[in-house]
Amino acid sequence: MSDTPVNNSKRTWIIASGCAGAVGGIAAAVPFVSSMMPSEKAKAAGAAVEADISALKPGEKLTVEWRGKPVWIVRRTPEQLAALPKLDPQLADPLSLRKPEETPDYARNGWRSRKPEVFVVVGICTHLGCSPSDKFMPGPQPSLPDDWQGGFFCPCHGSTFDMAGRVFKNKPAPTNLEVPPHMFLSDSKLLIGEDKKA
Amino acid sequence: MADFKEISPNASAGEKLTNWFENRFPTAFYEYKKHMSEYYAPKNFNFWYVFGALAMLVLVIQIVTGIFLVMHYKPDAGLAFASVEYIMRDVPWGWLIRYMHSTGASAFFLVVYLHMFRGLMYGSYRKPRELVWLFGCAIFLVLMAEAFMGYLLPWGQMSFWGAQVIVNLFSAIPFIGPDLALLIRGDFVVGDATLNRFFAFHVIAVPLVLLGLVVAHLLALHDVGSNNPDGIEIKANKGPDGVPVDGIPFHPYYTVHDIFMVSVFLMVFSAIVFFAPEMGGYFLEYNNFIPADPFQTPAHIAPVWYFTPFYSMLRAVTDEMMYVLIACVVLGAAMAVVKGKSSVLLKGVILVGAAALVAMMLSIDAKFWGVVAMGGGVVILFFLPWLDKSPVKSIRYRPNWHKAMLAIFVVNFLVLGYLGILPPSNIGGRVAQLGTLFYFGFFLLMPWWSTIGEPKRVPDRVTFTAH
Repeated sequence: MSDTPVNNSKRTWIIASGCAGAVGGIAAAVPFVSSMMPSEKAKAAGAAVEADISALKPGEKLTVEWRGKPVWIVRRTPEQLAALPKLDPQLADPLSLRKPEETPDYARNGWRSRKPEVFVVVGICTHLGCSPSDKFMPGPQPSLPDDWQGGFFCPCHGSTFDMAGRVFKNKPAPTNLEVPPHMFLSDSKLLIGEDKKA
Repeated sequence: MADFKEISPNASAGEKLTNWFENRFPTAFYEYKKHMSEYYAPKNFNFWYVFGALAMLVLVIQIVTGIFLVMHYKPDAGLAFASVEYIMRDVPWGWLIRYMHSTGASAFFLVVYLHMFRGLMYGSYRKPRELVWLFGCAIFLVLMAEAFMGYLLPWGQMSFWGAQVIVNLFSAIPFIGPDLALLIRGDFVVGDATLNRFFAFHVIAVPLVLLGLVVAHLLALHDVGSNNPDGIEIKANKGPDGVPVDGIPFHPYYTVHDIFMVSVFLMVFSAIVFFAPEMGGYFLEYNNFIPADPFQTPAHIAPVWYFTPFYSMLRAVTDEMMYVLIACVVLGAAMAVVKGKSSVLLKGVILVGAAALVAMMLSIDAKFWGVVAMGGGVVILFFLPWLDKSPVKSIRYRPNWHKAMLAIFVVNFLVLGYLGILPPSNIGGRVAQLGTLFYFGFFLLMPWWSTIGEPKRVPDRVTFTAH
């Protein structure tokens, strides 16, 4: 260290210009970080889609694309609907209270849908975004419990969901499958992504 | 600056040329001596000491093959898969370059895991080599990012769903998570934007960081000097010329040694490239020969083998496991307060910290803690130099049961890796949970267990028989 006394005014200016430089550096980083957010084009791709369910038979599933995600439309059988209330004790969140915004008000019922038989849900596991597989057949089978009543099974981490997309206890997925906003345009036409008359 | 050196006019042409360069670029000569001809490495290196050099070789293979792949690859969600198939079928020798790159990725991890195990065995992370170890751990972490982003580029089913799962890991972070995942993907799902940016990171950003870290790793190593299988500081015993008596110049002694092992390595590497480039689905997964389909997750997805131990830890953290982990935190805090020798203030801090941690563990999803376990499994390696309290460095002079401990650690790591490849199952899940507890217990309890037992006497000179 030199013996020259500290020039306080010079030091103040060095600190001030250092701070100004840091602010400039951070400001310069903003455009670069922002450029990594979804582009206007990606944001615009979120329009609602129509689906025709007239040909969908009981026990069948139809997949449509909405915002790049698979949306499933399942016409449930009376047996599948009858099994739902019995499962409540085995479910992690039977009433969908954990993420209330992912179940619209009109789907806040025992079967999580507008019409009991027509179930609309985003086919993306709430754990890490895999698309679960259909396991509609009841009964014992590999990777599933012996008292299986039919539902969905995520191949990635083994989460299981019932026929209303509700997650079973002690599975990695924290919440039930998301029910997207949707409405019936007619008995056979569904609009996915919107639930109010424009 | 070195003085200008005149040379006798009678010197040979070669000497004159050398002198010409030495006067104009003395750094090259100085650095050559410092890192090669006058870098004294312990003379008792064994087989385990080749993996650093092999890792450098694989890095070069990856960079060279990568440059040639970029000449033909198209980072576009609509074209990527077909461009990889084009490289495989239509580009002259493209299949060889691509298989060298894909096999190189697995070889890189194999070599790096063996290199890290060497450090673990002989205490190469201990004082004064903490920074060498930290740079090395950073290299491992960056290498994982590099491999992960590279795996998206072929745009097959495993590429797509693997990226989908890993990027969604970030969305488990409370508050900032969802926006962070959006920032990484650049879209609401993995798509073209994601592919483009992963390409940019994979071919330029991450390799630059990797190279910088490799340089730091080597410079720090050459400053403190290499450890050896006996864990003895050779610099403590120098001859009259200032050279460690147990040291030999890196060049030519170890360069020759390494070149021999390089040829052995290349034989194995070529055998895989030519005869088993997919390695039964472990190096190139079968599902990745199907183009990415955002609506159909393959029936079984698993990461490539080198990520599976950490992937097992991710899967092991379920709601039930959280209660076990909370019990561990409570037990650990209780032990620290009752048995610990710290001050009352510190004990109070431990109690408050543990209470806060338990509160967080109860309020945040198990999914987030799974991510913490996965990341923590890598991050905990950084702390190793300060967790090991054993009076001796090398496993050779540690109590015998430390060897058993290390052996169980290795077997446990392999079992976790194996379970990570398998589809989820009840029994496998339980074993993975036990394995995860052991993995973290091995490190977190190390300050305690590494001091137990009577170490053997460490000799003054390295163990070496001339051959």
